[in-house]
Amino acid sequence: MEHQTTSGMQFCTFRLGDLFLGVDVQCVQEVIRYQEMTSVPLAPVAIRGLINLRGQIVTAIDLRKQLDLPPSQLDTPPMNVVIRMEDGAASLLVDEIGDVLDIGEDAFETPPETIRGAARRLISGVFKLDDGLLLVLDPRKAIQVQGTAAETVEAAS
Amino acid sequence: MSDMSDAISEFLIESHENLDRLDNDLLTLEERPDDREILASIFRTIHTIKGTCGFLGYSSLESVTHVGENLLGKLRDGALSLDEAITEGLLHMVDAVRQMLAQVEASGTDGGGDWSDLIAELTRLLDVSAAAAPAPAPAPAAAAPELEPAVEVAPTPAPVAQAAEEHVHEGEKAAHGRSVADSKIRVDVEQLDKLMTLVGELVLARNQILQFQPTTEDAGFTATTQRLNLITTELQEGVMKTRMQPIETVWSKLPRVVRDLAKQCGKKMQLVMEGKETDLDKTILEAIKDPLTHIVRNSVDHGVEPPEARAALGKPEEGTLLLRAFHEGGQVNIEIIDDGGGIDVERVKAKALERRIITPDHAARMSDHEAMNLIFAPGFSTAAKVTNVSGRGVGMDVVRTNIEQIGGSVDIQSALHEGTTLRIKIPLTLAIIPALVVTTAGERFAIPQVSLLELVRLDSDSGESRIEYIHGTPVYRLRGNLLPLVYLDEQLGLAKLGGDHVSDTATNIVVLQADGRQFGLVVSDINDTEEIVVKPLDKQLKEVSVYAGATIMGDGRVALILDVLGIAQRAAVLSKTGSEGRGLGDDDANTGAGGSQLQTLLLFQAGANRRMAVQLSTVARLEEFSPDRIEYASGKPVTQYRGEIMPLVFLSEYFGGVASEREVMEVVVYQHDGCSVGLVVDHILDIVEENLGSMRRSEYPGVLGSTVVDGKITDLLDAPGVIATVLPEFFQQGVCA
Repeated sequence: MEHQTTSGMQFCTFRLGDLFLGVDVQCVQEVIRYQEMTSVPLAPVAIRGLINLRGQIVTAIDLRKQLDLPPSQLDTPPMNVVIRMEDGAASLLVDEIGDVLDIGEDAFETPPETIRGAARRLISGVFKLDDGLLLVLDPRKAIQVQGTAAETVEAAS
Repeated sequence: MSDMSDAISEFLIESHENLDRLDNDLLTLEERPDDREILASIFRTIHTIKGTCGFLGYSSLESVTHVGENLLGKLRDGALSLDEAITEGLLHMVDAVRQMLAQVEASGTDGGGDWSDLIAELTRLLDVSAAAAPAPAPAPAAAAPELEPAVEVAPTPAPVAQAAEEHVHEGEKAAHGRSVADSKIRVDVEQLDKLMTLVGELVLARNQILQFQPTTEDAGFTATTQRLNLITTELQEGVMKTRMQPIETVWSKLPRVVRDLAKQCGKKMQLVMEGKETDLDKTILEAIKDPLTHIVRNSVDHGVEPPEARAALGKPEEGTLLLRAFHEGGQVNIEIIDDGGGIDVERVKAKALERRIITPDHAARMSDHEAMNLIFAPGFSTAAKVTNVSGRGVGMDVVRTNIEQIGGSVDIQSALHEGTTLRIKIPLTLAIIPALVVTTAGERFAIPQVSLLELVRLDSDSGESRIEYIHGTPVYRLRGNLLPLVYLDEQLGLAKLGGDHVSDTATNIVVLQADGRQFGLVVSDINDTEEIVVKPLDKQLKEVSVYAGATIMGDGRVALILDVLGIAQRAAVLSKTGSEGRGLGDDDANTGAGGSQLQTLLLFQAGANRRMAVQLSTVARLEEFSPDRIEYASGKPVTQYRGEIMPLVFLSEYFGGVASEREVMEVVVYQHDGCSVGLVVDHILDIVEENLGSMRRSEYPGVLGSTVVDGKITDLLDAPGVIATVLPEFFQQGVCA
């Protein structure tokens, strides 16, 4: 398959609550349904667990936590978007998988200065689509997890 | 272009290997200057490097090796005999070549640096020989490289045609190299790593299949499974072997290190290596390279005395450093033994006290062996003066950390004026390890078998009573020694700290060793031991120190591998700074005790109906002795305890009773000013916390007062009073050395 539009980029899209997000398709190794995982006590809260991806151990990261969103209210288990970077893979847990979109660069804008919180760090840009906005996630930052949760766990207990 | 870079990398690999050999060859040559074979080998190595770098266009490299080759040619020719200056010059040349090769590796060029000093030095050495030797010396710069070998081939310096010459030379090389070159191929380490990963997968798949085996009746399937099992095991071993390299690859750098350093310190050293061929996983070899070099440097710098001092002690002036490697019990042992001054335990203790690594109290209780191991504590360095060799901030603590990181351990033994032995134990490989699988809070965890000492299972009926508490800290009496207990679920935040652990089922204690300390890890269930494939954790989890990695279990799910050292540190069994936090008396870290009157008491039975208690803070240890270990000194009962003579006081006799006949004597070791007294009791009952505010004072000798503990009247022992009566000399010093 040749690239049909040379100017545009392809994004693997997914939903997280009201947000419509996308990551560069080049960084996505695969999209798989919910996998059983092993939780990691004392790990940062955003780390939901470890999954066995055909013999490879991949860390599953709760994207909701990364974006400071409340826990999902859905009954369906989250999906895995496995991101592959040079220094390893990680899986982002999302609510629902969308299509792979081919978008022209002219629809791109950098995120507004007014955007606050975790989103400011993770979102690298916005595409203006006909039926809404597609937020572009910086995959490198999305799989970066900060702080350990050792203290919080103890405090909660 | 890629051909070219292939050629370069090939050249680099080959040259590095050759240079390592060269270092050693030169040192051997220094001892046996007439060894023609070694000379020829050195000559060939330099010749090969020179030839290749000329071809690749590294002119600086070529010019340096060229002069070196000329010099070597003379040596081999016998026109010049090896002396220290020449050895030094040649070693410098090897260094220069190594430096340039590093540059080639980094930038693709030899840097074109100015090596004229070195060239001048070598030329000067050559000129000395030219002046001394009657043979006509060709002008070094003008001499064609091919002319030199001519001298070797024909003792009569008859000129031979260049082509034929080169041919002979090649032929000779091939004859030398065939057996090795034809039976070996170079494989990229990455390729081997990939193979190793695949074998790891295969092992997992095999484990999964093995789980199905009991559920099937099919004989064919069972047979096939068994074959698969066998083949997998063999394949695993085979692939693991491909990653093995002899320890020599690391050791080969050491003779040079020792020689240079000994020279610098004005010492005479001899390095002996045994078991060079001992195989180790490549990653492990990498990991021990720096610690080993550091230990060796330390031995030369601090261990071995200067020649005069040695002579004064009647030892040979030349110090010996012995490196020994061997396999034992699935592990590799490496010993570094010197016959130097040894370690002065008292000085070590004094230093540790000065550095506040230990408390005076702790120092008094330490065995020599424990004290010796203080040199591994962070912030410790006994070097009276900081030399440029050691004392560069990389201490023995780093050595130990590095070795423990790869699942190894290090131990030191030393006798003053006789020498020091450092013993390193490391696993053969890190990729696949035997591990114990345990369950706690519904999660499975793997514990590497190397840290495992034993398993203790307490049945539910007796279980509770046998776990005792010191200030709320659980301990278990394991053969008379108190074993601090750590609940895994608490440490991992899966259960409340200090919560109730009353379980209906048995209590499982996994006795572990970390950093020389033992502790018991309490888990819900002990499953099985398994060979697990260790996978590193992603960087997001690297911060969490309680895990050493993760693995995939037979059912396909992921399990975490516990880092025993990390758990011990987290549970404060080990303080991060090192050697504190052991046993009794150190519980002051536990500030949980509320009122000032709340005391921890050791309850025991002394005489038929006498329930007594003693403050735990005055108790050093609890021991069990067999009665036949009682001996008599000056008519008083004593026993040998930790290399000392410890007087025994039979409490029941003191209080007018008769000691009950028992197979083992339970002894409360009381300590004062570093001297121990064993208080023999009938039975140790419990450790409790009690408020002594309501104690009724007593006038009765040997009893401080009485109080109610657990609903029973209990006398509080006046240990100093009793001891002063029975052993009047005890408090006036001199009972123990």
